[in-house]
Amino acid sequence: MTKFLIKKLSYLLFSLFVVATLTFFLMHAIPGDPFTQDKAIPEEILQAMFKHYGLDQPLYIQYIDYIKGLLSFDLGPSFKYQGRTVNEIIAEGFPVSLCLGVEALVFSVIAGITLGSIASFKYLKWQDHLTMTIAVLGISIPSFILATFMQYLLAMKLDLFPVARWGTFSQTVLPALSLAALPMAFIARLTRSNMIEVFQQDYVQTAKSKGLNSFQIVTRHVIRNALLPVVTFLGPLAAAILTGSFAVEKIFGIPGLGQWFVLSITNRDYTVIMGTTIFYSAILMFCVFVVDILYCFIDPRIKFQEVRGSHD
Amino acid sequence: MTESTTLFTPLTAEERSLAKEQFNFKASSFWKEGFIQFRSNRLAFTGAILLAILFFMAIVAPFFTSYTYYETHLKLKNLPPSSQFWFGTDELGRDMFTRVWYGARISLFVGVMASIIDLVIGVFYGSISALLGGKREELMMRVADILYSIPYLLVVIMLMVIIGPGITTIIIALTITGWIGMARIVRSQILQLKQMDFIKAAVAMGASRRRILLKHLIPNCMGPIIITVTLTIPSAIFAEAFLSFLGLGVQAPIASWGTMANDGLSALRFYPWRLFFPAGFISITMLCFNLVGDGLRDAFDPRLKS
Repeated sequence: MTKFLIKKLSYLLFSLFVVATLTFFLMHAIPGDPFTQDKAIPEEILQAMFKHYGLDQPLYIQYIDYIKGLLSFDLGPSFKYQGRTVNEIIAEGFPVSLCLGVEALVFSVIAGITLGSIASFKYLKWQDHLTMTIAVLGISIPSFILATFMQYLLAMKLDLFPVARWGTFSQTVLPALSLAALPMAFIARLTRSNMIEVFQQDYVQTAKSKGLNSFQIVTRHVIRNALLPVVTFLGPLAAAILTGSFAVEKIFGIPGLGQWFVLSITNRDYTVIMGTTIFYSAILMFCVFVVDILYCFIDPRIKFQEVRGSHD
Repeated sequence: MTESTTLFTPLTAEERSLAKEQFNFKASSFWKEGFIQFRSNRLAFTGAILLAILFFMAIVAPFFTSYTYYETHLKLKNLPPSSQFWFGTDELGRDMFTRVWYGARISLFVGVMASIIDLVIGVFYGSISALLGGKREELMMRVADILYSIPYLLVVIMLMVIIGPGITTIIIALTITGWIGMARIVRSQILQLKQMDFIKAAVAMGASRRRILLKHLIPNCMGPIIITVTLTIPSAIFAEAFLSFLGLGVQAPIASWGTMANDGLSALRFYPWRLFFPAGFISITMLCFNLVGDGLRDAFDPRLKS
């Protein structure tokens, strides 16, 4: 157990280190400096700014400083917003994004499992076809298009929800729904195919023949086995929700980290882009890590050593 | 039991005529069988036809409109769809119908090119690592794993920030880590195939590695490869539209569907058609590719056949 955890954790830290190194050198490969503007800055001021941000040092020293900063969770200052640090920006924007993301994730898991179960109970009946049509639409329509469409129809035309901004629950409904559509569709399809597979297993036949009613069969025997693969999917789904939030936060004017990220891209605010990328990568890798561990607890057949590696 | 004992004895005349009667149909290849099944899947077949129309229109339509994608008519801006401007006009009075089909060229081109490059790199990397085996395979897959653990769109956004906007740069950014999915699929397929008797037979007969790879292994992976390609194209089209929507895509006056959707967003309240036409085309294209991909998977993935 501990060995497994240490192995996984060191793998995660190494991946993060690679990400940090790559982003650092990629960002420094961009021609020009962070202060390049239309208006020329006097040479002395430029020198002073370089000195202030440590940009007059050789590249390897800057790199070591950056990694040192990362180890103490310091992502450095923003080059475009005077006196603000990347940490402050993340601290301000992330709670909003997290709230939105968790809402979307919870909704997509509940709705996805429900839809998938309905489809599998009514296999090849009209309910199955309907839910699978919804699912394929959910996979095909990008979140940013769904968001604008819902904003136009439900907020602007029908006046059911606020058009934009952040603060009340009703303002979170549309963005969360548009973020949840894709994961929901994936979960629904996955749940359906797994349920259909599990229904054909011998142990379900056994349960039937010993006289359990279908409710007991589903809750005791089917759900747990059918949902195992869904759990492994939560990592990629978190990634989908997270990247979706860049566009959705922009559309609904939500002051989350996604919008900050997009803004820093438009402003070419390199330290913020770097810091946010590393932060996002860390979060997603952590999600995958947690899912890996959860999986071992949920599925007793998998021993901790065997998760990644050969089963044969 | 009886089967195994009689399996290797010649058939009697009676049995032979019985067998002839029983198996009285033409031999059918894997591909033919799959195609017949694909055609019987109405949704997937409709998707394929719609895609053919989309590709055809993207090539042909811009030649037959009386407008160009860049010419502006400032007196005719933000017009709703009409018989003169089928999809309306945008904020500079450009004909949306023409622009949508020019955008189709760009979006489809980016999607198809990115997945072809993914295909080549992925098949190459995946098959080589599976064939090498041992430490080198482990190393190659670890490298892929680490690249894979970085969220795809984040990498693409980073690269777009660094190498600047443009069609070529989008394709480069999409393929730099996009090939890993294909490499993993090809590798797992080849690892399975490697254990099979016909490969062992080929090795025993002294076939070179190259011959085994090109003549035996890759042809037998074609099913999963084609399915992956059809499902990579929509994700590449989505990624391009998403980047353009964030302002990282192709630059004016060229417009892909994503840039048009981004331009239309600010005018959503008063001129919704400026968003809905490009957005609708993105959705329809992705839907068609997904339907075709699902249909191909049902038709050609032998593991799913029951």
